[in-house]
Amino acid sequence: MQILVNGEFEQIEPQSLESYLTDKSLLGRRIAVERNGDIVPRSQFTNVVIEDGDVLEIVHAIGGG
Amino acid sequence: MADRIQVGSYTLKSRLLVGTGKYRDLDETGHAIEASGADVVTMAVRRTNLGQNPNEPNLLDVISPDRYTLLPNTAGCHTADDAVRTCRLARELLDGHNLVKLEVISKSRTLYPDVVETLSAARTLVEDNFEVMVYTSDDPLIALELEVIGCVAVMPLGAPIGSGLGLQNSYNIREILENLKVPVIVDAGVGTASDATVAMELGCEGVLMNTAIAEAKDPVKMAQAMRLAIESGRLAYEAGRMPRKRYADASSPETGLIE
Repeated sequence: MQILVNGEFEQIEPQSLESYLTDKSLLGRRIAVERNGDIVPRSQFTNVVIEDGDVLEIVHAIGGG
Repeated sequence: MADRIQVGSYTLKSRLLVGTGKYRDLDETGHAIEASGADVVTMAVRRTNLGQNPNEPNLLDVISPDRYTLLPNTAGCHTADDAVRTCRLARELLDGHNLVKLEVISKSRTLYPDVVETLSAARTLVEDNFEVMVYTSDDPLIALELEVIGCVAVMPLGAPIGSGLGLQNSYNIREILENLKVPVIVDAGVGTASDATVAMELGCEGVLMNTAIAEAKDPVKMAQAMRLAIESGRLAYEAGRMPRKRYADASSPETGLIE
């Protein structure tokens, strides 16, 4: 199935958000995730199953004024 | 009693608020922020690079949320909708911390605030229980409207972002100060220490700056200069300056002179 992550299309197998983030070495890091326009609280990473066509935004903090 | 500034539910020790952009590296960022004495430190929210090295240092490792009051901004957002989404991501990123710096900036070369989108985003964010410090133009009516909406601080520019021109609008800033009850913090335009002092002498509650420190030849030294400039300007404001006169007025008595 195909999802859009941070503006890039990606083909993945059906899986939980936690497993996807683990694959990307992002689990446990200071990030926040938005799925189809809604915030996914960190406590929900295990429960949320990524679906075909999902749009994810994964962000972190950087320097800014 | 020690000088304090109250912004919404936050009590701050320093009237200098600083950004973390444009530094050479995180090490320099950390040292400059420390020298500035600031409590409130701004940061931006950006997409994570998915292919990045997992050990890459993170801003939050240097600027710890335990030590500083982080102020996530909405820089780069051109619509109210994007600004609101960014604030919600920031709140999740910082474990429910609800203080944000709202800025919706036009795409013009002035980087002037888009006040129409700013007002709209401010309403949504206040409704959603954010404590909103808002970057805005120096229009006194808009500044007042942002206070009415419920923003906890109103932050007009002193000059365009990153210009370092110093306060170009003391009439407007003064007018805003006279009409608002929430803290007025000059955000953007400061170039050097005396510019920050001018803003404080007008009666502003604080100054937020980034480029003036980050792009100085020696950012750590400039951070220290800004800290002193802010304190100095605040003290002068509280002390109350002498009236301006058109003619000279001798400081030594003009009686008892030898003949």
